Amino acid sequence: MTRITMTVDGATVSDDVAPRTLLVHYLRETLGKTGTVVGCDTSNCGACTVHLDGQSVKSCNVLAVQADGAEATTIEGLASDGELHPVQRAFHECHALQCGYCTPGMIMQSVDLLAENPDPSEEQIRIGLEGNLCRCTGYQNIVEAVRTAAKEVRS
Amino acid sequence: MTAVEEAPVAEIGRDRRRKEDQRLITGRTRWTDNITLPGMLHVAMVRSPFAHARIVGIDTSEAASSPNVTAVFTGADFGEELGACINAWPITPDQVTPAHSPMPADRVAFAGEIVAVVVARTATAARDAAELVDVDYEELPAALDLKEAATADETGGPIAHPDLGTNKSALWVFDSADAGTGGDVEEAIAKARADGVVIEREFRQQRLIPAFMEPRSVVVDPTGEQLTMWSATQIPHIVRFALAATTGVPESKIRVIAPDVGGGFGGKLQTTPEEWVVWALARRLGKPVKYTETRSESLVAGHHGRDQWQKLTLSAEKDGTVTGLKVELLADLGAYVAVVGGGVPVLGAFMFNAIYKFPAYHFACQTVLTNKTWTDAYRGAGRPEATFGIERMMDELAAELGVDPLEVREKNWIGHEEFPFTTVAGLEYDSGNYEAATALAKEKFGYAELRAEQRRRRESGDPVQLGIGVSTFTEMCGLAPSRVLGSLDYGAGGWEHASVRMLATGTVEVITGASAHGQGHETAFSQIVADRLGVPFEAVEVLHGDTQIAAKGLDTYGSRSLVVGGEALVRASDKVIAKAKLVAAHLLEASVDDIEFSAGRFNVRGTGQGMAIGEIAAAVFAAHDLPDDMEPSLDSDATYDPVNFSYPHGTHLCAMEVDTETGAVRMRKYTCVDDVGTVINPLIVAGQVHGGLVQGIAQALWEEAVYDDAGTLVSGSFVDYLLPTAADTIDFDLGHTVTPSLTNSLGTKGVGEAGTIASTPAVVNAVVDAVRHLGVDDVRMPCTPQRVWQAIQAAAATEGASR
Ligand code: FES
Ligand code: FES
Repeated sequence: MTRITMTVDGATVSDDVAPRTLLVHYLRETLGKTGTVVGCDTSNCGACTVHLDGQSVKSCNVLAVQADGAEATTIEGLASDGELHPVQRAFHECHALQCGYCTPGMIMQSVDLLAENPDPSEEQIRIGLEGNLCRCTGYQNIVEAVRTAAKEVRS
Repeated sequence: MTAVEEAPVAEIGRDRRRKEDQRLITGRTRWTDNITLPGMLHVAMVRSPFAHARIVGIDTSEAASSPNVTAVFTGADFGEELGACINAWPITPDQVTPAHSPMPADRVAFAGEIVAVVVARTATAARDAAELVDVDYEELPAALDLKEAATADETGGPIAHPDLGTNKSALWVFDSADAGTGGDVEEAIAKARADGVVIEREFRQQRLIPAFMEPRSVVVDPTGEQLTMWSATQIPHIVRFALAATTGVPESKIRVIAPDVGGGFGGKLQTTPEEWVVWALARRLGKPVKYTETRSESLVAGHHGRDQWQKLTLSAEKDGTVTGLKVELLADLGAYVAVVGGGVPVLGAFMFNAIYKFPAYHFACQTVLTNKTWTDAYRGAGRPEATFGIERMMDELAAELGVDPLEVREKNWIGHEEFPFTTVAGLEYDSGNYEAATALAKEKFGYAELRAEQRRRRESGDPVQLGIGVSTFTEMCGLAPSRVLGSLDYGAGGWEHASVRMLATGTVEVITGASAHGQGHETAFSQIVADRLGVPFEAVEVLHGDTQIAAKGLDTYGSRSLVVGGEALVRASDKVIAKAKLVAAHLLEASVDDIEFSAGRFNVRGTGQGMAIGEIAAAVFAAHDLPDDMEPSLDSDATYDPVNFSYPHGTHLCAMEVDTETGAVRMRKYTCVDDVGTVINPLIVAGQVHGGLVQGIAQALWEEAVYDDAGTLVSGSFVDYLLPTAADTIDFDLGHTVTPSLTNSLGTKGVGEAGTIASTPAVVNAVVDAVRHLGVDDVRMPCTPQRVWQAIQAAAATEGASR
């Protein structure tokens, strides 16, 4: 067991974890952050995407011990003071989710994409979301949501 | 009064944002895998690596003595309490159906089948210990290739279940001459051979994997008087029924809950070995038990879809008028006959004739057992296969005659003035307007311009050629009239149930037997009830997916929720209104005949007097002053059995660019005009179409479940099974025409599967069209660059040889 201490969605947490524990399992099982989900076992789907020190990562691809000392944000910590993040709002407005299983990862990845490129073209959005699979929406409204959020953030 | 005055803001047709979204975009979700209960145990499955093998022995001792392991079981440890996986639709009386134990004790029939389970305090401990279970197998010859398996009786090839002595499960035949719905197809073909056109083709429907994003998960809590199962399923009611029927627990002691479910597409329309094993474990151990599959397990053990060989013969007169269609199918069931199983290709039997006036039709489907993952419904279920077959054939007929593919379709389709129309397959299409949808699609697509560009590129010898693909499809939705299901020997009915409860504080609780998993029922059904009862959209709460709340239901599949479930809602609402009207008359001291109901108010005709439905609900709750013989309740139920299917249709046009030097394909434009009848929520409809299109396009271009010679699924992870990403797809151009269905009050037809059904042939037709001038008349799906390139090379070789 290894002791790790980190900030998750603004709260400091500290636990003993087995060295092989994946960050996503630590979030879900130890912390109860079940908003973040698992969709695959090959790091292909992006359903588990969270932010670690401001960068998006696939949390199934990071060991909990690697996140020691880091600041993590999950979908559950994205809204602030009861205000939805513009990307969350845009997903709702543009009907960019159906079953919603890919949605936490898709939103976290979109936030990261816009942080890097506040004014992406359709092409850049599509490539920026390539690591996140959605089986329901056909992506069209997700792309539209990212565009809409970009506009809102810029203005 | 005009309709506009009556309903100032109609909810039906409005692009309401979804009620479901709030929790899903903030992570406040209830996926089955999120559930933890006190003392809960975790399960890992030990699965067979072999496609077909005898289980000689299983040594569980090392696993059982591992830290934190509670128990290890094999099939031999359970008797009948394990129950069985059922086939609800034996398609013929003599169907050969292998017994399907959730965990067989003696023999495995596909790679991925469960042979042992480890139960432990944590999922990690269970998985670690599962590695230590030592299974001794004796490999048996495996039936893998569909065509070879179909002829194994004659050739002496491997038999998937040796005790059955054959791989042939059932032969299902429909013949229009025998049924009295049309002429003799052999006659039509013979006549066309002498003096007409005969097109013969063989198409392959590759095997696909539904690949819903949420892996399947199940939790069973055996504490308490009722046993509760949470499952990531589309069909909580059917699961409950099947558990009772096969495990001996009374149905009244079973509660099944489908909480938030992350997509299904038919893939969660199943009664699974995993559910049955976890059910048995929880009962045996007396503790809550959870199992969540890994993605690799999901791909190998969740049922697959499609997988057919289609031999098609179409006869026509020289002017392109079709005279007959003969369909001979081989359908791969995999190792077992799944819950709908052989019924999936049979659904296609009614759709091969599509929108065309075939005078003669013959359909024969042989279902075949193999040692591969079992197959069952996948989005469209039987109808995409049929639509692909006929729409490819209509393009081939057009090419043979040298006419535009839309021209040959128009010559043969049912004219809008010909409805209702009884088809050669015996269905009555109530409404449709193929001319209108096609005209709009052509205009939006820029059909003439793209044809002109195609000509230019051909003439200039551009290495990148343009192809235009057409698909004018229809489908049957709203499964299903119970009598029709009965005539097809399906094991259940096709009705749906709804309850409307008027709460004392003014809100309305709506309960539906449909079970949503991404479709947006909470929003769309709220719109329907809000309009019907004249209450605010926000005041309606839709509940579903729990057999203790939605006590009756037949769940969600086959685009039935709106068409069948929505009609049940309308009828339950109307019963509420009828009861409230009596109360209104009583309280307003008027005759019932003088009460008019509109926009949520009961008014006395010709007076200014009236009461809102909410006021009446409060008065009924108090029950101080009701008509004499009236129960103090407005709450109403309705169970609706549809009288017919509904028949959405549409015209899809696709432009593909094909690099003739590399075989690479690129989608240039996709336009679809769908007629799904009355639209309740255009946003949700567009979302269904987008998602459906991408699944159909993915079949055309990318997806295929591939087995190696040993029967191992080589596309067994998301690295190898190619789901499309945002970067692979384009924005689609959507349009609608509205020809309401005449068989339900709202005029809805269903939209869940349209995109998937229509798009696959549109894309393949476009790919073939791009290279037809090079001698290519088919490309096997998925149309990968390699396949396209090979088709071009093969055509060049044939042309060269014949020159
Ligand atoms: S669960 Fe992390 S990428 Fe799929
Ligand atoms: S909304 Fe269902 S997977 Fe994306």
